[in-house]
Amino acid sequence: MESTERLSAPLVLEYPFTRTTGPVIGAFLTGLREKIVLGIKRHDGTVLVPPTEYDPETSETLTEMVEVAQQGEVTTWTWVQEPRPQSPWDSPHALAMIKLEGADTPMLHAVLADGPEELEVGMKVRIKWREVTEGHIKDIEGFIPIGENND
Amino acid sequence: MTDVSVPSSLDGVEPVQSVRTPIRLEYTFTPGVAAQTYLREFANKKILGVVSPVDGAVLVPPRGADSRHGALCDEFIEMPHTGHVGSFCVTNVPIPGRDLDLPYISACIFLDGADIGFLNLVAECPPEECRIGMRVEAVWKPDEEIGMTAENILYWRPTGEPDIPFGAAGVRGWHVREEGEANA
Repeated sequence: MESTERLSAPLVLEYPFTRTTGPVIGAFLTGLREKIVLGIKRHDGTVLVPPTEYDPETSETLTEMVEVAQQGEVTTWTWVQEPRPQSPWDSPHALAMIKLEGADTPMLHAVLADGPEELEVGMKVRIKWREVTEGHIKDIEGFIPIGENND
Repeated sequence: MTDVSVPSSLDGVEPVQSVRTPIRLEYTFTPGVAAQTYLREFANKKILGVVSPVDGAVLVPPRGADSRHGALCDEFIEMPHTGHVGSFCVTNVPIPGRDLDLPYISACIFLDGADIGFLNLVAECPPEECRIGMRVEAVWKPDEEIGMTAENILYWRPTGEPDIPFGAAGVRGWHVREEGEANA
């Protein structure tokens, strides 16, 4: 009954979730499919991107969605040298918080740069859209540094 | 639903209402001493439980400890291949990744002498005839297919013996036990 051989086996958990979006995230994703970015206006006039249905501080219902720019600046970042197998990106990239012009909060996405030496806080970046969009955050392939010509 | 206003550029376009967000987690599972011992004997068509040192409760499958007391359980005992349905659920709606013919019965099986149950399939039983307290026995895979896997037992089927009393079935057995009666 005793054995020194250690047992080990792969264990995979997989859930094929489909989520309903609700009106606000739905509109945000609709915007992505149409290649525009929507935020939502708080009662103090500031704009949340990505949008939420309720104000995260006051809990007020938010309803006024507005378009923001497709460029902005990096507020913080980290470099991903070896993306994990299920990452949307298969080559080294930065993950960054990016505050789009017209928005007051930053959103998380990739900056497609050749190396971490190209990244700095405050750098300007713009959206690179996928050719075919479907209404998913992955419709944005990533952000690229402004000034580069690699579309 | 709240009325949300969007820029006019989205007027007339079909709104996105759902999004696919599949999740996949890949683990390497390394069982501990209790689960390893259980699995090795399970490959010999034996079902092991452990005995709680605190009150003698029999826990199947073994997890190494009596989680009620945090007490180490290192006394293994071999269990019979018969038990009863402590509770059950009939599934009529297909689940992705589950290729079972509908409807099927999932049940919490309490082996004879065990104080906790485990989830398994019940078959060879019309759903409307399944009931709490129904006695069942294991249906194993062919011997040449038996291995160190939970899939060794295909399902549990009714034995046809009289049910155990409703009040003594499943976790209710705990209370019966506390009153001095043995589990079925």
